[in-house]
Amino acid sequence: MSAPQQKLPPGIRAWTDGRVEAAALRAYELVVIGCSMGGMKALMTIFEVLPKDFPLPIVVAQHRYKTSNEALPAYFRRHTALDVVDALDKQWVQPGTVYLAPADYHLLVDRDGEHGELSLSVDAAVAYSRPSIDVMFESAADAYGQGVIGIVLTGANADGARGAKRIKQRGGFVIVQDPQSAESPSMPEAAIAAARVDRILPLERIGPFLIELCRSTSP
Amino acid sequence: MANQPAQILDEQAKADLEEIEIRLLTEGIFRHYGFDFRDYSLPSLRRRVWKRVYAEGLSTIAGLIEKVLHDPQSMERLLLDLSINTTAMFRDPTFYLAFREKVVPLLRTYPFVRMWHAGCSTGEEVYSMAILLQEEGLYDRCRIYATDINEAVLQKAKSGIFPLSTMQENTSNYITAGGSGTFSDYYTARYDYAIFRPSLRENVVFAQHNLVTDASFNHFNVIFCRNVLIYFNNALQDRVQQLFLQSMEMFGILGLGKKESIKYTKVVDHYEDVDPEEKLYRRIR
Ligand SMILES: C[S@@+](CC[C@H](N)C(=O)[O-])C[C@H]1O[C@@H](n2cnc3c(N)ncnc32)[C@H](O)[C@@H]1O
Repeated sequence: MSAPQQKLPPGIRAWTDGRVEAAALRAYELVVIGCSMGGMKALMTIFEVLPKDFPLPIVVAQHRYKTSNEALPAYFRRHTALDVVDALDKQWVQPGTVYLAPADYHLLVDRDGEHGELSLSVDAAVAYSRPSIDVMFESAADAYGQGVIGIVLTGANADGARGAKRIKQRGGFVIVQDPQSAESPSMPEAAIAAARVDRILPLERIGPFLIELCRSTSP
Repeated sequence: MANQPAQILDEQAKADLEEIEIRLLTEGIFRHYGFDFRDYSLPSLRRRVWKRVYAEGLSTIAGLIEKVLHDPQSMERLLLDLSINTTAMFRDPTFYLAFREKVVPLLRTYPFVRMWHAGCSTGEEVYSMAILLQEEGLYDRCRIYATDINEAVLQKAKSGIFPLSTMQENTSNYITAGGSGTFSDYYTARYDYAIFRPSLRENVVFAQHNLVTDASFNHFNVIFCRNVLIYFNNALQDRVQQLFLQSMEMFGILGLGKKESIKYTKVVDHYEDVDPEEKLYRRIR
């Protein structure tokens, strides 16, 4: 990929390509993804390339309508080898499964001994959002530290920036969708401005990169 | 960008310390005030505690421990943070629709129905169910208990006064929920408020009850506990489910929140599905 040096969006320090450095290869435990406007298509692009035996659980906070229901995970299921479900409270996460934050709830990640466990809340919306990406990312960083891979995708607000920062503080790995490939660049830009992110990648590169990054993780 | 292991270890140590502080805080509150938050689910608890730390102008949880233990008013404020949550009338309209279609026919066969709304918050759920029961002609044979840990929200619930600004959404929920009348007939608008018909709470008893520390107080044909158990950890959910079981008549109905399931609790074998999607269950043993 050629790095377009011209017109760096505000807050972006550098473009990076998708090579995985040895230092970043370690046993990751969880992938968290945040997206908002344009998120459907972006998620599909990533899910399409991930294999059924992808070694990590994937937890997604996507801004969605209050009335959005089981049709959303069902739609995703038709287009990916992964299992996709709306998260239930106190559910344990499994590799190769995508857990969506249900409409009108915050989704938090916790640990119950060996198991990653999901927890819901109906606390007030954060920055007008419930689910909030920050809430989900911060809880994942707290529970998993270095084991987290966080991904910030397209969106028309700044949700996810604080969360990305916390993931970095706790030693996790953060990938941000290249704002120029994003339907709505504000969310990726805000994340890049807030945190020393590890990779800025065009959308189509994120899935393959993720597979590469998780090579050393066996389920 | 190389990782900085020392800094990351430092962050890990901070996180471990934070967990110790939260444990000390809940232990202190329990011993001193008797409120037991020790088995509340950690991620939500952590967020709420930090919110209070900042609101009190403090910078550490240890600081909050000192403050709440010596200043009951600050404890009151923390208690509000730990218990006030958002709620809405006919939240999850399809739940009410399923109740109408699948549970109401069962209740018609009973001469008398005892219901319990556990964790009723400001009462929107209670008024919604009362409306449904009136429309189905069942209200007069119902005795409804609505409880919460938090006295302040119960006062609001008793008043039956809700912000007028929420009525548009409530109305559309009411319609989706299968409402057979006109929603605005149930309240009078005054200034920015909607005052609900007192007849809706004629058969309702509002009372303080803590699901963690208080005992079973009656036997019920229907128990609702929606979006309360999500704040508890697994062990506590199991304990509270035991309490519901003790309080549940045989063939009684349990209604949980849309994303709560008895699947992950130990009482699962005592219930059969009435509508698994809407989390309506029926006690069978
Ligand atoms: C999100 S509200 C649920 C309101 C309503 N049931 C609904 O689904 O919209 C949660 C309520 O649980 C109450 N609660 C929390 N801990 C409790 C406890 N230990 N005993 C009783 N109620 C509790 C809180 O005070 C709060 O009002």
